Amino acid sequence: MEAVAPTAPDLARRVRAGERRRRLAAFGLTLPLCAFLLVFFVLPILGMLRLAVSNTEMAETLPRSTEAFRTWEGGGVPPPDIVDLFARELAEAHRARSLARFATRLNYEEAGLRSLVLNTGRRLARAQPPFSLDDLAAIDPSWRDPGVWAAIRRAAQPWTDLYVLAALDLQHDAEGRIVRVPPERAIYLDILGRTFRIAAVVTLACLVIGYPLAYTLAHLPERHAHLLMIGVLLPFWTSLLVRTAAWIVILQREGPLNELLQWLGLIDRPLELVFHRPAVYIAMTHVLLPFMVLPIYSVMRTIHPSYVRAALSLGATPWTAFRRVYLPLSLPGVSAGCLLVFILALGYYITPALVGGATDQMISWFIAFYTLQTVNWGMAAALGSILLLATLALYLLFARVVGIERLRLA
Amino acid sequence: MRRRLVAALALAGLSALAATGVAQARDLTVVSWGGAYQDAQRKAIFDPYMQETGRKIVEDSWNGGIGALRAKAEGPPTWDVVQVETDELVLGCEEGVLTPLDWEKLGGKDRYIPEAVHECGVGNIVWATVLAYDGDRFRDDPPKSWADFFDTKTYPGQRALRRGPRQALEFALMADGVPLDRIYAVLRTPEGIERAFRKLDSIKGDLIWWEAGAQPPQLLASGEVVMTSAYNGRISAANRNEGRNFRIAWQAGYVYQIDSWVILANSDRKDEAMDFVAFASRPDRQAALAMLIPYGPTRVDAAELLPPEVAADIPGTPANRQYGLFFDRDFWVEHVEKLTERFNAWAAQ
Repeated sequence: MEAVAPTAPDLARRVRAGERRRRLAAFGLTLPLCAFLLVFFVLPILGMLRLAVSNTEMAETLPRSTEAFRTWEGGGVPPPDIVDLFARELAEAHRARSLARFATRLNYEEAGLRSLVLNTGRRLARAQPPFSLDDLAAIDPSWRDPGVWAAIRRAAQPWTDLYVLAALDLQHDAEGRIVRVPPERAIYLDILGRTFRIAAVVTLACLVIGYPLAYTLAHLPERHAHLLMIGVLLPFWTSLLVRTAAWIVILQREGPLNELLQWLGLIDRPLELVFHRPAVYIAMTHVLLPFMVLPIYSVMRTIHPSYVRAALSLGATPWTAFRRVYLPLSLPGVSAGCLLVFILALGYYITPALVGGATDQMISWFIAFYTLQTVNWGMAAALGSILLLATLALYLLFARVVGIERLRLA
Repeated sequence: MRRRLVAALALAGLSALAATGVAQARDLTVVSWGGAYQDAQRKAIFDPYMQETGRKIVEDSWNGGIGALRAKAEGPPTWDVVQVETDELVLGCEEGVLTPLDWEKLGGKDRYIPEAVHECGVGNIVWATVLAYDGDRFRDDPPKSWADFFDTKTYPGQRALRRGPRQALEFALMADGVPLDRIYAVLRTPEGIERAFRKLDSIKGDLIWWEAGAQPPQLLASGEVVMTSAYNGRISAANRNEGRNFRIAWQAGYVYQIDSWVILANSDRKDEAMDFVAFASRPDRQAALAMLIPYGPTRVDAAELLPPEVAADIPGTPANRQYGLFFDRDFWVEHVEKLTERFNAWAAQ
């Protein structure tokens, strides 16, 4: 059989089909990555956002009262049948040892409600139903306070804004309005501000140290550049914990740095560095420096020396040639480095936790505190979500101002 | 052919799963406070237990907090026996995080001092948080009171306290001139809490906070702080093991309390855990521990085994009882979460 030569439209179709297949195959190759991102990145983040507003504790421990409280319109004290149902379920939950979960949740609404609920549950478990408001008030007069019932009603709703508000130093007052928390309890806006401030200072420090370093690296003869590069990379490959611990030793009150400065006569009594802000800046700058140097270096390598030479031959001073020609050409690396360092610094936890004091902790410390120490997932998720959203907003602003297409990540 | 390959792969996958299942069969995990204290426990209790029973123990350490216990109790079992402070014992028992103990196996409740007996826990040591300093740095005029601790003019330099409200509030009131027997009465009023925080606030710039019991001796040794609160046993251990000259200002006042062994409710090795707790509570083991690190035994019949020179370093014994404040369990169970929140906000500002 003889092969028939394809006609023109037929050929075009076949080429298109071939291209489609190739594109599909290429896409198929990224499938594992997409699946990985979905399972280990997108889903957990969605889960975290959900946890920040999730409100299931009461529904799980006191299901029937939860239904009843959702139908109650609020204001004052609930009707007797809801009070009775609630009290009966408190007693049941006490016997099942599941009351603590609800009590802990209620305590987030107002400190002190935890022991109110647990004590009442313990007493009710020994008493006979039906229960009235007077029975509850006989155990603790707080049960006559409409604020307590309003808090329970909020805990019964399917979703809550409690954690997100708390993470912004806000709360509901007794009438349900959103108000600022009292100053002795307000911390998270400060901490968020501090987190951004520390990240900004560290980014600036990295830039000031990293730019000349990258310039030197890019302009040294190959052999020396390699040696210097190893000097940059070696700390990069060393464990974060080891480097942080080393800074504690170096910066401590009677450590080498203070002794050197005293020996040189620059200070007459040791500086307080470790467990204070300077140590946080120094250690974080050291840890993050390679993330600044590498992108800048990789961009500088691509800048051909003839550009600067051309500027010089046209009469520019070296400073003008640098400012008008070299600097703008290296800017994509600078923006990439700054963005990398800033965003990495925002989420820093272990370095400030080890070398900083109580007033140097960043938002991650509080996220860890709520997940590990008090197991308040709602609060941890709300703080995490706010950090995520703030970072995203900042990234978009950056993309808008600098232009994302100008970024070159190494 | 291809089908057989798939079957073989599936089989391999299954056996890999089975292998991880086997790997998850774990040894009894005992959790304590780490550092010199856990080293002493290893010599006095863990190693002898393994020798006597032929069973294995895996150790872990932690820094306390009811939240950590809740987290462990919600997940798959990883911890079995844990040493806890009193408020963690009471809260954990109430919340069903801990399992009730078999007091028959422990030799009966009347063998112990009354504060050591609880449905979910058996006291294993009496310990104290004390004011400690480096004797080599203060030859002439060492700090003698908590008022000295808060006096940064006479005693310049940084000082350290345990992070969190427990003991810090008590010490602040001691420094403010409240007599020992009035401390908790004052703390039970809102003004008392304000007063304690105000006192802490007065030296906030010179305060750093430790979390693990091993830190205070390190902070003293490195010269980072001039004085610190510390667990009494860690100070003695640093002197004994590292040749330090740290001193405890017993007369400044100290808070003493009882730690207990508990078993987590989600443990899947409860019988073995109970055997371990019973072993650790034997009078000879309690006395052996006290000889290695000066924390007091909770068994009446263990205290009798101790020589007087060891008893002198132990909190709550006649030599120093008049300076001691017994940790008010009920106060802290009621208030620890609220005050921790307040403390965190204060410390971070």
